[in-house]
This record gives sequence, structure tokens and C-alpha cells, in this order.
Amino acid sequence: MFKIIKKQILNPLVKLLEVEAPLVAKKAEPGQFIILRVCEEGERIPLTIADYDREKGTITIIFQEVGKTTKMLGNLEEGDAILDFVGPLGVASHLEGVKKAAVIGGGLGTAIAFPQAKKLHSLGAKVDTIAGFRNKDLIILEQELNSVSDKVFITTDDGSNGNKGFVTDVLKKLIEDGNKYDLVIAIGPLIMMKVVSNLTKQYGIKTIVSMNPVMIDGTGMCGGCRVTVGGKTKFACVDGPDFDGHEVDFDEAMRRQLMYKKEEKESIEKHECRLRGVDDA
Amino acid sequence: MPNMSSNKVSMPEQDPNVRNKNFHEVALGYDEEMAKEEAQRCLQCKHKPCIQGCPVNVQIPDFIKLVAEGKFKEAYEKIRETNSLPAICGRVCPQETQCEKFCVRAKKGESVGIGRLERFVADWYMANVEQKEVNIKKLNKKVAIVGSGPAGVSCAGDLAKMGYDVTIFEAFHTPGGVLMYGIPEFRLPKDLVQKEIDNVRKLGVEIKTNMVIGKILTLDELMTEGFEAVFIGSGAGLPSFMGIEGENLNGVYSANEFLTRINLMKAYQFPNCDTPVKVGKSVAVVGGGNVAMDAARSAKRLGAENVYIIYRRSESEMPARLEEVHHAKEEGIIFKLLTNPVKIIGTDDGWVKGAECIEMELGEPDASGRRKPVPIKGSEHVIDVDNVVIAIGQSPNPLITSTTPDLDTQKWGGIIANEETGATSKIGVFAGGDAVTGAATVILAMGAGKKAAKAIDEYIRG
Repeated sequence: MFKIIKKQILNPLVKLLEVEAPLVAKKAEPGQFIILRVCEEGERIPLTIADYDREKGTITIIFQEVGKTTKMLGNLEEGDAILDFVGPLGVASHLEGVKKAAVIGGGLGTAIAFPQAKKLHSLGAKVDTIAGFRNKDLIILEQELNSVSDKVFITTDDGSNGNKGFVTDVLKKLIEDGNKYDLVIAIGPLIMMKVVSNLTKQYGIKTIVSMNPVMIDGTGMCGGCRVTVGGKTKFACVDGPDFDGHEVDFDEAMRRQLMYKKEEKESIEKHECRLRGVDDA
Repeated sequence: MPNMSSNKVSMPEQDPNVRNKNFHEVALGYDEEMAKEEAQRCLQCKHKPCIQGCPVNVQIPDFIKLVAEGKFKEAYEKIRETNSLPAICGRVCPQETQCEKFCVRAKKGESVGIGRLERFVADWYMANVEQKEVNIKKLNKKVAIVGSGPAGVSCAGDLAKMGYDVTIFEAFHTPGGVLMYGIPEFRLPKDLVQKEIDNVRKLGVEIKTNMVIGKILTLDELMTEGFEAVFIGSGAGLPSFMGIEGENLNGVYSANEFLTRINLMKAYQFPNCDTPVKVGKSVAVVGGGNVAMDAARSAKRLGAENVYIIYRRSESEMPARLEEVHHAKEEGIIFKLLTNPVKIIGTDDGWVKGAECIEMELGEPDASGRRKPVPIKGSEHVIDVDNVVIAIGQSPNPLITSTTPDLDTQKWGGIIANEETGATSKIGVFAGGDAVTGAATVILAMGAGKKAAKAIDEYIRG
């Protein structure tokens, strides 16, 4: 069992848990992920490592409550424990030798982009961070991003933070203004990563995206996380989760993401019925 | 007087049309009377030919004699002397190509039902005797085992009996390896696997789950942490795909994923368990091995009306056990032999709707000695299906070898290990089972684990 030592509610949908997992913390690097299971009948879900503290022996995960498992996870409190917690899985991001990077987070993806920005910053790279959210109430990690970035740009779809627009609008302007990036990291919804990759391709800027498909084991065993990259099938769990954004077949990835939509809905409905049942009793 | 009936005492089974709708065990096992009657068919040959067919040297005539005498507890203890997992071997060993193949009774009629008797003895013992923790004199020497499948558990059991402090590292949340994620409940009940593993725990073996060796710890780190030797039994967990168009459509699975969802994650209980699996009206399983049979029979149980086995050679080349093919046919699986998929066809929104196949004929023998299947031009046709499960094999997982540069591997990924000892190119590191051979059987993996245990003991004693 893996004890939760800190819980923080970042916005109405997104929560942060700091979990005791000393061996995982010892090895974790930005770009890697863990797989967890909340209960005995539970599914295994991958979550990207949002931060790690080797001395404290903890891993931080940040997640949005979208399905049954993340809702159950969100109901856990400090002092509770997570049943299974495996990692660090996947290949660490290659961030050495970068001079100037644009790190882009979309919504919850910002939580995953943060450790990358932090690592780049610690390696001495100049880091411009662009984070996009639907509205101002959903903005997360603003302070943390500021601490590891040279410049931070936060946009909202509805303009409620006074800065309406998409992350690509900001990136395009920065590039047009003469900022020379040798690396762009884009992490967020598939559609956002696709749009960023399409943009940077025009400018010939190397772009890394982080894929988060359905997985079971996370060790290359099931092949459920297949992603087509440069015309070849890759397993996101062992070949990724970072891939060259200019080579990823995002349309296929978006289609595959919908594979269990019906079941996910059924699962959450059943879960909520059960919760209501308990309340009624 | 021996029982001279030329046939095995038949073992009760669930009716095919009932069992193809549930996940309960197909074969129901002998009762005490049936077991004694079958045991009396053994001639107690002086030269014990059956034992040479057993990769773990079970003293077969001895245990069968004890069964015939009704001494079931003693019979179990006799098997356990050399076999750590009797309830499992009694169910999934291909006895027809091992012990039973050498049985003198098989020359005229059927061999003695050695597997059935082993299964009976193990089940009887589990039901009637409470296994106690055993006190073994400790050597205070630590050995690490990577993987809790048949190779690892068998190696661990033997080393623990010798007095070693054994720790097994398992990547999944539940130990058992392929016995848990691969072989379905209806052939090998999971409660039983856990009981067998508990028996190994009672020998003092510690099992650490959620530990992906190669990631959380490397082999070198294990050795600096005081483990004097490491045994790698990490199996063949990397699924092969065919490389044909449409393999990434929604509804296409590797057999590994399909079976892991169903067996380990219990998708057949969805939504009471959280992991789903997609099974439509028609399912094609590509391949002709035991894994293909398991996938096809599972799909049928999950409600598919038409389940096809698509295999590019003919039935006589099928690598699956005869019994599995027979059971699959009884349950209504449709065999499309000498047929090979060339393309998976999808709907506009990316779901599988059919498999385009080509008919094959057998040509000259190939490297495997089997006649090579050759496509027949113009024989392309489409089989309408909602799912395709690819069960054409799996190879060893590279997670350990890729983080251990001094561990030599074959081109296809298998760890190079001495056949008799399991010794690898890295000092103190031994390996066995599917990680070395590529996908093979439970009992061969157990045999390799056993040999390695002996070699590890010799290595540590110097």
C-alpha cells in the first residue's frame, strides 16, 4: 500500500496527491509515468509523474476526475493509501543540450508539462511556458510554472483571465517575434498536441508530445497502447510516452481513445448509483 | 490385480453448451473412487518409463501406487518432493507428449491418466489438509527471482527448501504470471493458482508485487543490495502483430491484451469489475496455438455468436494441444484452416468490420519441418467480424535485457542461458522459462526453474 501524505484541490476538477513510494521516487524522471489501482476490482490506469522528491521518497500525481477510477482516487484523503502503484514506467524525456524551449500545457496537461519545464530550467535552458485553460477557474500551477520559467503565458478559451486565445496563438506570435526555440514540448489533449505539432512543423521546430493512451500493464505486454509514429506501430508504454509530434498519427490516437467510451460511461453511472444508494440508506 | 481396462476412467466435464456460456472450470476432476480405479491401471513398471517424460521428475509410479492404496496425503507429498505446483501441472501440462507418451499402457489403448491423477491428488490435498508453514534451517543467503510465473515460482520453491532467503519480484499487482493473466479461469481456476502460490509462500518465500525490474531496480542494484544470485523468469510478454493493414483499428487486440483483460482484470465480470473488454457478435482469432484456443473460447463465453479460429496451415500442423482443439470444437468454435488474414477492414469511424483473408495450400517443408503455407491467388474473401484477436506468438520482454548490457541475448530477444544450469553471460545471473526459450509450456518453464535452483545453490556454495 502506498500512503498519501498530501492532498490538494487545484481546481474544481483537478486534484493533486503526493504519495509515498520511495523506490519509485529514487528513479523517476520527467516524462515517465506510474500505473495505479485503487481497489481490488479496480482497473489499472496510467498517470504521468507530475513531480518527485527523492529525499522525501514521494511521487506527486495530478489528475482530473473523469472516470470511476479517478473519482475514487479523488475521494481518498491524506493518510489513506493507494492499493497498487507501479513505476517509474516509460522512457524519460531527453532534455539535455536544449538552449531555449517552449513548454506548452493544455488543461491538465500543464501538470505533466511542469516537470519538463522544471528539468529544462535546472539544466540551464531558457524556458517559455504557455498554458491554456477553458476558463480562469481552471488555471493550475501558475506559481510553480513561474518559478521554473523565464516567461509564462496563460490563456483561456473564454478570455476570463483577460487573455483570450489558444496556446497556438501565443506560440505562433512568439515564433514570429523572433524567439528561436530548439525544442517545443506540447502536452495536453490530443487535438491540442496535433494543432501545436502542425504549427511547429511549418517552422521546422522539433516537437515532443506526450501520449497517454489506454494501458493495462505498462511494460509492453499488452500492446493496447499502440500509437502509429512515422508509419510504424509503437507502444506508448515502453517506446514512449514521448514521441516526435511531427510523426504521430493523432487521428488514429483520437479514434482509439474513444474505444471504451460506452463502458466508461456505464462504469461511472453504476458507481454513482451505488454511491447514491449508500446515501439513501 | 491391475485394472486392465484399455481406456482411462473418464473424467466428468461440464456440458459444452452450458460451459461455453460460463467461466467455471470445464473439467470437473475425479472423485476418490475414480482416482483409485484409474490408479490401478498403472502396471508399476520397474524401469518407470513415464518419469523420463516429466521435466520435473515426478516419481510417477510411486505416487500412483499411493493413490491406489487410498493414501492421498502421502501421494501429494511424493509429488511435492519434485513439483512445486501439482494442481497446476495436473491441469495444463501436455501430458500426451510427456509422461503419458511413455506409458506402457499406451501401446494398447490409452495411457494411465497421470495428469488426471496428479490433479486429483493436489485438489484432494487442498480440500483436506491445511498446509503449515515449514521450518527450514536458514542459510542466511539471499536470492532474487524476477517474475512469479511457473519458472520463478518453481525456482523459488526449490531454493527456499534448501534454506535460501528468496524474494520474488513481480511486475503485476498479483503473482502468478501467465498462470494469472494468460490461462483462462475455465482451464485453470485463479483461486487455485493463488493457493499454490500461498504454498510456496509458506516455504518462506517473500513476493513483492508492483516491482518492474529493469525500471525500479536494475539487476546490478539487486546484486549490490545483497542478493547473491538472481534468477530471471520474466516470461515472453511481448506480443507479436502481423504487420498488416488495419491492425490498429478499434476492436483489434493482441491475445495478451484480450486475455489479460479477461483473466487478470476479470473483464468478464464488468461492470462489477472496472476493466472492460470489447466482444462483438463475431470474433476472429488468428493463430493455431493454445493461446488462440484460449482466446476463442473466452470470446464465445463473452457472448460472441460466431467465433473463428483463422490458421494458415492445416489442423495437423496446429501447435495447440489436441484436447484444447477438441474442447474448442465442442464449444462451437469455427475453424477456418489454410486461411490467412491479409488486411483488417474498418468502418468509416475506425472500428473493425471484417477480415480480408486469403486461402492457403501447403507447399514444401520449411525450416520448422512443417509444410509451408502458400497463398492461393484470387482466393481473397472477407469474413465479417467485429473483433480480431492476434494470437500468433509472443517474445521475451526487453525491459531487463535493455537495462543490463552485459546480459547476452539472441537476436529475437531471448536471454542466452545454459540449458542445464540456466547460467547466463552475467556472473550470478541465471535465467529460464519463456524468457530464454520464447513462448513454450508451463512445465518446461518449471523444469528450467528447477535446474537453475540447483545451479544457483552450487554457484553460491562455490
